Amino acid sequence: MDRLKIAILGFGSVGKGLAKIIADKNLGIIITAIADSKSGIIDNKGLNVAKVLLAKKKTGLCGDTSITPQKIIETAEYDVLVEVTPTNAATGQPALDYIKAALSRGKNVVTSNKGPIALEFKSLQKMADENNCLLKYEATVCGAIPIIHALQHGLAGNKIKKIYGVFNGTCNYILTRMSDEKLTYKQALLEARELGYAESDPTYDIKGIDAAIKLVILANTVLGFDKTLDDVEITGIDNMSSDAIGLALEDGKTIRLIGEIDAERETLSVAPRILPKNHILVVKDTLNAVTARTDLAGDVTLIGKGAGSFETASAIISDLLYIKENHGGRN
Amino acid sequence: MQISMKLEVTDSPGQLVKALKPISDLGGNIRSVIHERDPLSTSGTLDVEITLDIQRQKLEQLKEELKKSDVSIVRIDEERYLIRKSVILIGHLIHTDMSDTVEQIDATGSAEVGELSMIMPAINEPTSAKMILKSDSIQGITEAMIKLREIAKEKNLLIVEPLEGEGFNFDSGDNITWTD
Ligand SMILES: NC(=O)c1ccc[n+]([C@@H]2O[C@H](COP(=O)([O-])OP(=O)(O)OC[C@H]3O[C@@H](n4cnc5c(N)ncnc54)[C@H](OP(=O)(O)O)[C@@H]3O)[C@@H](O)[C@H]2O)c1
Repeated sequence: MDRLKIAILGFGSVGKGLAKIIADKNLGIIITAIADSKSGIIDNKGLNVAKVLLAKKKTGLCGDTSITPQKIIETAEYDVLVEVTPTNAATGQPALDYIKAALSRGKNVVTSNKGPIALEFKSLQKMADENNCLLKYEATVCGAIPIIHALQHGLAGNKIKKIYGVFNGTCNYILTRMSDEKLTYKQALLEARELGYAESDPTYDIKGIDAAIKLVILANTVLGFDKTLDDVEITGIDNMSSDAIGLALEDGKTIRLIGEIDAERETLSVAPRILPKNHILVVKDTLNAVTARTDLAGDVTLIGKGAGSFETASAIISDLLYIKENHGGRN
Repeated sequence: MQISMKLEVTDSPGQLVKALKPISDLGGNIRSVIHERDPLSTSGTLDVEITLDIQRQKLEQLKEELKKSDVSIVRIDEERYLIRKSVILIGHLIHTDMSDTVEQIDATGSAEVGELSMIMPAINEPTSAKMILKSDSIQGITEAMIKLREIAKEKNLLIVEPLEGEGFNFDSGDNITWTD
């Protein structure tokens, strides 16, 4: 395959970031179709990305209202469907149906959407295998950090005993500000909102649900477990007090929201924990950090940006290039 | 068991060795030795503070051996609490009777609350406290934590536990060892 053809569903922060990188860098990837919530555009020879970005900026639409995601999935020419629509943690929709439709058409799929992978990884992977195509989801956990690749390939042959760390940038930002600047929980949350790190409804983040979903994804994809969100013991940071952080600081410690998979006991938990201030997992602001405890390699820790337009697109690009190299020429 | 003892030895060469020898003879493990020569002292003796691990059943024998060596024991204490775990509690601690929480933990007999520092916030705001649990075994701490979690659930308190600690520094024994 000389050029990898991709169709992008979802043209928000991640979708646009991805399109810009592909237009900018000579990666051997072309975009043949794009859809947002109200419109779509197809050009099997390759879209003019700059033009589509401009149209989206001016009109709010990337293309024609008569072109739906379904139409793109069924009729466009592409090797990989890139699914970057909003996450629905309860149903996985509409992403779940998009992914299934593409796989059953024998198309590879790359997604940043946690919903479908957390809910139905096993059946989606089975579908991909049956249709002889690849399903990749690096961007679903910890944005730019290649955690899934590291665990599945980089540490292949190791027995993974534990995976634990900071999986939610919003909570980490709030706790960093409470610890470093002595802000109250409310002040720090307000600041996170103003800076766009927290959604207007930050429930998923601060209650630890987002971190828990990422644990479920890692447990099922990397460790082969069969976990759901209900299997995670979750404590969020919404009851955190600045006094508590002050008490930790008195002892040279601080508090961070830590997600932990104990692979031997097969337990998953998310809770605020006390850590020495100089602990490797005590990272600042919106950073994420994950340690894998293994039998051969010992502890391996990865630190990086857990979100952001280009950062998340970076993980998607890596999945796309993996497919290009490992599945090239099949279609 | 770990004990600390204060000994008085004559301030002349070889006396300290005389005090330490019975300990190693009995298989004890010396952790620290602090000796101070009090410049104002005219007694010609020296105080030595020793911390050591020794089997409980060997302690009496050690005392006798020391006596035989002309070393007098000023004080001897068992250092009961070797394991400490500090946790932070957040919630309506006063309102839910903190002393009852402490009593319930002490009543387990497996660990006791060694220290408690509370910060009083504004009225009706949750209180935060640091609690240090002490026990002579990891098992004791684990049992006390189970109790504390029960209490926390009942009284709606948030427990923030350290990351490294109980159940964390475990090694499942399947580490690969390589001898070359
Ligand atoms: N942003 C990050 O840093 C990050 C990091 C990791 C993972 N993710 C995940 O990546 C995905 C995309 O995130 P994002 O930040 O790019 O979201 P976003 O900015 O809200 O963009 C979502 C895009 O999806 C489109 N869309 C909504 N419903 C659709 C539908 N039914 N069919 C087709 N398109 C639809 C929206 O259309 P309109 O433009 O018409 O509204 C928009 O273009 C989410 O699942 C998110 O959880 C994001």
